[in-house]
Formats: sequence, structure tokens, C-alpha cells
Amino acid sequence: MSTQHMDVAAGCLPTHQLLNVDGKRIPDEELDHHLKELKEADLADFLRDMIVLRRMDNEATALQRQGQLGLWAPLLGQEAAQIGSVRATENDDFIFPSYREHGVAWARGVQAEDLLSVWRGAQASGWDPNEVNIACQQIVIGSQALHAAGYGMGIKFDGGKQVSVAYFGDGATSQGDVNEAMIFAASYQAPVLFFCQNNQWAISEPVALQSRTQIADRAHGFGLKTWRVDGNDILAVYAATKAALAHARHGLGPTFIEAVTYRMGSHTTADDPTRYRKAEQLEEWKAKDPIDRLVKYLHELGADVQSYQQRAENAADDMAAKLRAAITSMEDPQAEELFTNVYAEEHEPTQRSAKQYLDYLADFEGGE
Amino acid sequence: MIMATTMLKALNKSLHDALNDDEKVILLGEDIGTLGGVFRVTDGLKAEFGEHRVVDTPLAESGIVGTAIGLAYRGYRPVVEIQFDGFTYPAFDQLVSQLAKLHYRSRGRVKMPVTVRIPYGGGIGSPEHHSESPEAYFAHTAGLRVFAPSSVEDAYAMLRQAITCDDPVIFFEPKRRYHEKTDAQLGEVHPDASPKAKVLREGKDVTVVGYGPTTNTLSEAALAAEDEGISLEVIDLRSLDPLDMDTIAQSVQHTGKLVVVHEASRTAGLGAEICAEITERCFDYLEHAPLRVTGFDIPYPPSRLESHHLPDLDRVMHAVDTVMNHHEATEGAAQ
Repeated sequence: MSTQHMDVAAGCLPTHQLLNVDGKRIPDEELDHHLKELKEADLADFLRDMIVLRRMDNEATALQRQGQLGLWAPLLGQEAAQIGSVRATENDDFIFPSYREHGVAWARGVQAEDLLSVWRGAQASGWDPNEVNIACQQIVIGSQALHAAGYGMGIKFDGGKQVSVAYFGDGATSQGDVNEAMIFAASYQAPVLFFCQNNQWAISEPVALQSRTQIADRAHGFGLKTWRVDGNDILAVYAATKAALAHARHGLGPTFIEAVTYRMGSHTTADDPTRYRKAEQLEEWKAKDPIDRLVKYLHELGADVQSYQQRAENAADDMAAKLRAAITSMEDPQAEELFTNVYAEEHEPTQRSAKQYLDYLADFEGGE
Repeated sequence: MIMATTMLKALNKSLHDALNDDEKVILLGEDIGTLGGVFRVTDGLKAEFGEHRVVDTPLAESGIVGTAIGLAYRGYRPVVEIQFDGFTYPAFDQLVSQLAKLHYRSRGRVKMPVTVRIPYGGGIGSPEHHSESPEAYFAHTAGLRVFAPSSVEDAYAMLRQAITCDDPVIFFEPKRRYHEKTDAQLGEVHPDASPKAKVLREGKDVTVVGYGPTTNTLSEAALAAEDEGISLEVIDLRSLDPLDMDTIAQSVQHTGKLVVVHEASRTAGLGAEICAEITERCFDYLEHAPLRVTGFDIPYPPSRLESHHLPDLDRVMHAVDTVMNHHEATEGAAQ
């Protein structure tokens, strides 16, 4: 059977959708009560977040094309999955993201230029994990899931009230680390949320190559309380994340959310998706756009959508101008940086190497 | 027939010819089928040989190598692609504790003719985990052969050699040289289990040893040294396990000086091994302590710093000048 025609079997779990593609609100008995504190102003903030985030993503792609970044992994299409989930967390919930969770980091207060500096190759990481409670972006697929499980075990053992959150994609669910993480979290009933953005593609590989059942059904098999949600519906994502976090905070153990979304862009700026996927699929998902959907819902509510959009566009313009100026004027790091932070404690050979190389450079630049 | 080609195309043809010649050859890896691999090394092979010969695998490196072992038990000759050097480590147990040891463990009854292709090395401005040189881990592991071609012709021939070899071969491809254009004649394959080192340029003053991504820097150094009246003998190792120490020793016996160059870190690296072995074998011939020019003992740095980390012409020449002028080995500069 060709991998091109593989299907994922219909699952045991329903897919929660609280906003349909026309922006109409669909009642959900299980999740609705998690939305009761959301005001119109919160929805307007969601809209602003998603619009600013999409602009940041576009700017980053453009900056890469202009040689300002080495590479960029676009999140286009996944704005609701990222904003809806991170806005449901408390600031002391600790997040372990993959390399595509730019929106999660940004929503926690990481500046766009700090995020992009890593993709520029100017520094190894752009923020202090302990300051924003987000680990460094993880590139090795799925490794961070175990870190989240371990952090969650720590919360459990020391009686904390936080939740540890692992973000990863559909491809990562094939990795041993992700499966082991679910086993550890379940074994210790640790407060961990495994948040899987199923964006349908692992570079060129369709999700059915990773999983012949719905991914959410697998998590269920590990003993995790699981929800499958429309990942382009920010209300469903937000409500399910609230439900999962409440579950963990009540001491009921780990949870899993499969947010069904779509990677509208390339895997990275080095990738060419026209080689492996059809334009029709893209069109089909365009109709499910997360931002359009929230706009339609705000219209349904009778909100002054235009003013919200204008406010968001202004914020996006400000962010983009600041980002571009910061990146294009960012200086390369100094050679000293090479040898800095290799070890936490004194390590004589590293210090010796640093001195010798820097002396060599100084001699060299001095015209020896 | 001599034709203009690239290392990418040579590797593609090598895989193509191996698939053609032996129906037990099977390719496994992430994105190698429909996409043709992220570097396009396997471009067109799935279309020609079908999805049971060119297999897109789930995203799990340990799974890829582990199932290749199972396929080898079944009589296949798997050729695995690890997408980037830094993603080799999730498969480390399968490579080191399983693949390397099964022939020994089975007392020779089970053969593991598995080739693991790894695009490696830096210099392409990539993010973390995309520029590493992990070859020493595998040279250190008994039971694995380690090949590292530097030229288009070697890429073709050595990959054929790796695939026909009944031992597992870790095959390191210098990714930053994938697109170098050159005239080459592809097709010749050596019958030996491993390639011998190759003297790329004869010289009499200093033996300079490298492999894979660094050999063009060594050739440039030979030209630069010539201008200074110094004659370098340049050796391309080609095989990192087994190391062809005879070729290096013969050279050092007439030059009396040795400089070993690699991108990988210095401590416990291949340079250390070669310098130690040559010191043992050629102690009475040496006119200066052997020197290493390597990447620093640091995690691979952010790409805007990588030009410092990678051995360049200046650092190689600094080492050459040091061994020629009998300076105290200024280790940091040479390293």
C-alpha cells in the first residue's frame, strides 16, 4: 500500500469543536464551563495575539530569505493551537517546547528579536528558561517530552501546584522518548500535559506514517486522560487546555491533548512542500483558518471587530518594525562566547583553550 | 566516462547501482522516499525501485537502526540514512550495543551488512544538531567500520564498498561538499573491505592528514606552503576505522613532522589516536611533536561563530609553521 494513500483509522475519541469554520458556536457539554470566565476583551486579545504572531512568522520568513536568519521553521496555520493553549496556562506552569512553538514563547513575554536571534545563529538560546518558565526550544525530535515528565515528577514529589507542559508534533509521537515520557508521567501520576499539535506533516511524511490510529487514542492507551480538539478553533484549544490543567492540579495525573491543525507553510525555509503534498489540501485547510474563524465569531457576537483588528494590526506593525531593526543591526557574537558556559564550574582545559585561541586571534589580528 | 558531477549525484548513483545489482539492498530513512531526502541524495530512487526498496520510515532514529538490524537478520542489506549528524544519538544504543556487537555476540553466525549514512560536519550556517562531527564515538566502538569520503569518486566507490561489506559501516558524508562540482569517473569499486588512505599530494617537509570536509583546506595549505618554500604531503584518510596507519607512518618516516586536522573536538578524538600511534611507531623519525588542528572542546557553536571553530587555512598553516620552525607547540592556536 502506498504511503500516499494511507489513512488514519477513525478514532474512539470525539474531536471537540466549539467554533465551526463559519465561526458559529457549538455547545460542548464537557468543555463549555471552562470558557465561562472568558470575556469579549479576552477574545479580542486572542485575536491580537494571533495576528501579531502571524506577522512575526511572516517577517521571520522574509528575514531568512534576505539572509538575516540561517533558517526559520514557520508556524503559519498553528496560531490558535499555540495561543489557545499557552493563554490557558498559569505563568508558573513550566513549558517544554519544540522548535516551532514561537507563539508559546512570545505569549510568555519573550521578545521576537530574542527568539529570532537563535535562528540567526547569533546565540545558542534567546531567553532565560527560569525567568519565563519555558525551556529552550528543542530541535531533537521529542526529547523534551521526557524533560516535561521529569519536571512533573518533581512537582508531584515536592507538592507543587504547577503543571508541566510538553509541546511536540505528530512526528515526535514515533520517538521512544515521547512514549517513555507518557509511561513515566502515568506511572507517577505526575501533573504533566502532553500537548501534541498534529499538523499532519513531519517534513514530507503524512501523519498516517507515524500513527494508524488517531494519536489521541494512543495516549488513552498509556492511561492518560485525553482530549482531541480542532486545533484551529481557539476556544476548543483553550477549553481543553484549561480542563487538562485543572485535572493535573486536582492531583488526577497526566493528560494529553491532540490539537488537529495543519502546517500551512514549509517544514522550514529549506523545505519545498510542493514536492510531496497537493495544493488542494492546502486550499482545504485555508478554509479552516484559525484567525478568520475567530473574526467570524466576534462578528456573531456583535463586537466592534474592525477596531479590534485595527488595534492588532497596529501592534503587529510595531512589533515588525522593532524586530526588523533589531535583527538587521544585530552584531555577531565575539569569539570569547565560544568558550563561555561550556561548564558551570571551573574547567581548566577549557579556560586554557580559550586563552590560547584568543591570544592567537590577537596575534593574528595584530599582523604577527 | 568522465563527466561533470557532484558528490550528491555520485551518492545517488552509487545507491542506484547498489539497488540495481543486489535485490537485497534496501534503503531506510526519514523523508528519503517521496521527497528524495532533505539533501536529495535518494532523489528518484523510490519512483524507480518502489516503496519496499526505498522506505520512508516513521520519525524515530532508534527505530530505523533497530529495524535495519532485523532486516539484516532476514538477509537484507540495509542502507540507513540518518537525516543529520546530531540526530544519530537517539540511535546510539542500537548502533553501539547492537549493530556493532552482533557478529561477535553470535560468534560469527550473524552478519550485519548495514550501512548507516550520516551527513556530517559544519560550515553550512545551520541551527544546533545540524553541524556535528561524531565520528570518534564510532571509531572507538569495536565492530563498526567508519568511512569518510572526501571526493566525488570516493563517495561513489566507498559507498558501494560499504554496502557490499559484510560488517556494519558508519558512512560519514561531508555535507558542505555535497554540491561541489567536479569532473569524475564513477564506477570503479575496490574489492577490499575498507579503503586505504590516499596520498593526495606528495611532499617532503610535513605530513598533513585529514578527511572528509577538511581535505580541500589541506590542499590549499599545500599551495600556500609551497609559496613559503615548504613542501606538504597531504593524506586523505578515507577510512577512520580501520585507520591506515602504514600509509601515515611511511610518510612521517620521510617528513619527520605530522599535523592532523579534523572538525571534531580535540580531546580523545581521531587526531589524538593518530598522533599517539605515530609517536609509538615513528618516535625516532620525529623532528617535532605531532600537532592537531581541530574543532574546540565545546558544543558546536551558534553558526555566526562557526568559522572560528572550524579548522581553516590560517590555523593549519600556523601548525605547519610551528612544526617547521621548531617552536614550542602553541597548542591553543594549533588546536
